[in-house]
Amino acid sequence: MRFGRVIAIATLVAADLVSVRAAEIPQAERRSGYGFMTADTKVMQDDDTANPGMLWVLDGEALWKRKLGAADKACADCHNDARASMKGVAARYPAFDKALGRPVDLEQRINLCRANHQQATPLAYESRDLLALTAFVAQQSRGIAIETGGDPQLEPFIAKGRELFMQRQGQLNLGCGNCHDDNWDKRLAGSAITQAHPTGYPLYRLEWQSMGSLQRRLRACITGIRAQAYDYGAPELVELELYLMSRARGMPVETPAVRP
Amino acid sequence: MASALINVPKTAKRGDIIEVKTLMSHIMEPGYRHTASGQMVPRDIITSFTCRFNGTEIFRTDLFPAIAANPFITFFTRATGSGKFEFEWIGDNGFSETASASISVE
Repeated sequence: MRFGRVIAIATLVAADLVSVRAAEIPQAERRSGYGFMTADTKVMQDDDTANPGMLWVLDGEALWKRKLGAADKACADCHNDARASMKGVAARYPAFDKALGRPVDLEQRINLCRANHQQATPLAYESRDLLALTAFVAQQSRGIAIETGGDPQLEPFIAKGRELFMQRQGQLNLGCGNCHDDNWDKRLAGSAITQAHPTGYPLYRLEWQSMGSLQRRLRACITGIRAQAYDYGAPELVELELYLMSRARGMPVETPAVRP
Repeated sequence: MASALINVPKTAKRGDIIEVKTLMSHIMEPGYRHTASGQMVPRDIITSFTCRFNGTEIFRTDLFPAIAANPFITFFTRATGSGKFEFEWIGDNGFSETASASISVE
């Protein structure tokens, strides 16, 4: 009788250890990656003359005004001053594209604009120019609360992204939620495990010595759990981006953020 | 499209100690890496940084491999009078960039 009870308790404990708690982070406990950084790195992000991400923003500002493509048009020819026209835009992305019938992220939107309106060749993922334009556009939303996912057409895609986030995969058999929902208050090999709120992308990562997109970050994480990473631009990555952004709703955009 | 970010106070009192902050865009290739086929990737770094105030050199540093991409260099100086700071970065493969900033000292 007593022995049976011990086994029952042991089973309960074991079950708790292996299951993804799937408990989402309470609103009041949400923290941007900024909150996990050391004071030095925070200072670097906060000072626009020390934040290396600003180098990309400046490049993006120059590109915004550059005429190119068969249409010989600059972004500014249609959208005018980005400070007004792009304010709050990044806080709504990824957004639903009617023509494609699926969500597109900010990089994809910029490339669609290039192809359709400038009649220019799309920029490669993680190329300096694409990161620069994305950073410049996203910086116009700095301080604005994320509102991605309000569009009801996005619901099935957010659900898919959430499923991917919870899905265990790879040789380590881990889901994103195993770290970022369940263990965000702990450390992994000395580094803080964060809550995975994509508030500052594209951002300057000290480890990369460069700017990088959210897709680059996601691919690095997927490789880290020893799963096969999706290709840049894959719908799965956009769905993950979409879920993460909708999960961070209400948190302010920090672009260009700095992370360790 | 190299670009620099400069932070110099716009105004200062004579005799004040001021901080000059500079950030230069540069990729940095340390020169110790090899490609998949075993070929050495040639070094590409910034080798020297100089700051002149009204034509007089006030700060100079030599840089070596593995300092950082996008080097952030700051130093302190005493505000002696109004004038112009001129910055110059020189590096491998003919890299040469300049920037300037003005200060007015009362």
